[in-house]
Amino acid sequence: MITSRTFWRPPDLSRRWWPVFQRNLLVWRKLALPSLIGNIAEPLMWLVAFGYGMGALVGQVAFEGSTVPYIVFLASGSICMSAMNAASFEALYSAFSRMHVQKTWDGIMNAPVSLDSVVLAEMLWAAFKSIFTVTAILGVMLALGISHSPKLLAAWPILLGAGITFSCIALIFNALAKGYDFFTYYFTLFLTPMMFLSGVFFPRDQLPVALRHVSDWLPLTNAVELVRPLFIDQWPAHPLRHAIVLAVYAVVSYWAALALTRRRFGQ
Amino acid sequence: MTEPLFQAHDLRKRYGDTVVVDGLSFHIAPGECLGVIGPNGAGKTTTIRMCLGLTTPDEGSISALGLAMPRDALAIKAQVGVVSQFDSLDPDFSCAENLLVYGRYFGLADGLIRGRIPRLLEFAALSHKAQARPVELSGGMRRRLSLARALVNDPRLLMLDEPTTGLDPQARHLMWERLQLLLQQGKSILLTTHFMDEAERLCSRLLVLDHGRKIAEGTPRELIARHLEPDVVEAYGNGALSLVDSPLRSMAARVEVSGETVFFYTQDARPLLEALSAHHGLRTLHRPANLEDLFLKLTGRQIREDG
Repeated sequence: MITSRTFWRPPDLSRRWWPVFQRNLLVWRKLALPSLIGNIAEPLMWLVAFGYGMGALVGQVAFEGSTVPYIVFLASGSICMSAMNAASFEALYSAFSRMHVQKTWDGIMNAPVSLDSVVLAEMLWAAFKSIFTVTAILGVMLALGISHSPKLLAAWPILLGAGITFSCIALIFNALAKGYDFFTYYFTLFLTPMMFLSGVFFPRDQLPVALRHVSDWLPLTNAVELVRPLFIDQWPAHPLRHAIVLAVYAVVSYWAALALTRRRFGQ
Repeated sequence: MTEPLFQAHDLRKRYGDTVVVDGLSFHIAPGECLGVIGPNGAGKTTTIRMCLGLTTPDEGSISALGLAMPRDALAIKAQVGVVSQFDSLDPDFSCAENLLVYGRYFGLADGLIRGRIPRLLEFAALSHKAQARPVELSGGMRRRLSLARALVNDPRLLMLDEPTTGLDPQARHLMWERLQLLLQQGKSILLTTHFMDEAERLCSRLLVLDHGRKIAEGTPRELIARHLEPDVVEAYGNGALSLVDSPLRSMAARVEVSGETVFFYTQDARPLLEALSAHHGLRTLHRPANLEDLFLKLTGRQIREDG
């Protein structure tokens, strides 16, 4: 008796994801140092070049009725961007290699691990890679004395949440990809514009009104709005609203990514 | 009759307008090696995928080890070992790590898996390669590592999808030897293959598939006796093709032509061989009918488009 199962059935969130996560951890442990240097070198170069270089031209930036040095403004935005990029990269290129090129997923699913558990493991893994990168960058920012705010401790779980959100979104595109080329579109048509619209590099009130309305609902904007005040020892003005937007993105994207991945695998 | 270990009933699967598996039923008895043979595109791999719950059949039912697919897919897979057609070994891990990581997917404790690894590597004749990565292994070694990996959970049933495709004769014989050992230990095997000598050597029972349908079933000997004359005489060389329309034809029960070769299927080859010896320049080969003849008779000699 075959019970027809819809691709949109609820996710299996059992603990069978752990050995898959553990597998990725074991691979990564062998390559952790070079991969860490690769992951943090680029964002730090942006920070130094733009923060100190442009910062000298820009000076102070208006923020919440007062002003902050441009380097602090940029650092608080770019840490969110790093969370986004690290999660996206892992959930696209690396997950696709395991899913499609190496057939690692197929091997795993011959064992008693469901596709749902594999997708959950990949999502959490990309979020882990993201928070690891972010932690290293935060460490360098602290060492550079960019911020000494004790509220940065609260930024950490927020950035983990942002990593989860962007992993979930990226997995949708992983499920749809025919090859690596597809991800170039995702980066150039989605992530790069979002980078410029989310107030990472300049205050969002520089944007035309129509774009600002779009910007309000972008996941990266909501992450930046949560994290930036913490860098200058303030609390976000609307924490709940931003957290809910990120959470809705995460939940809806995860479900969609799972449904599309099930369709891809005919399950 | 003992309760079958595995039972598939009336499986059907279509992709778009193409029916890939069409009303297929079979069972696997404990300790049995069931071979599935058929041309490319006959539905062998889809059948294995359905048996593992990786593809949901449109119709039909599968039960295994007292459990039902797809409801108990994970519980069934916990007792099954799989070698898929294409290697899915982890390129970043050594042989030993591949086994450890795979064992974890079964929820086995690290200590238990580590205890099994030396024996598994020994079984795969890979003890000296424990720290080598798959990329450093030959094709035969990789297939044996895949087999060792499939045994990490000490399964009762093995599903092997073309386990020796692409291997040289030495590697293939070593694989056969290992599979026979497993059968002696009481494991059951579902095996798909393109090699009739492999099927004949390993399988207690065969299923011939074509276009998703079962077209024959039985032991290799039974199938040959049921469908074929016992003797085959192949004739090729000068004037071979003209024999088809000669009186010699009546000396064979059945005649087939493939390329430049004429195949005579007969109950008694001696009179035919004597008559053929009069034809100079003609070369002949006399042999017993085999599974390959059966396979070609049942599925035809034409090349499959998707082959």
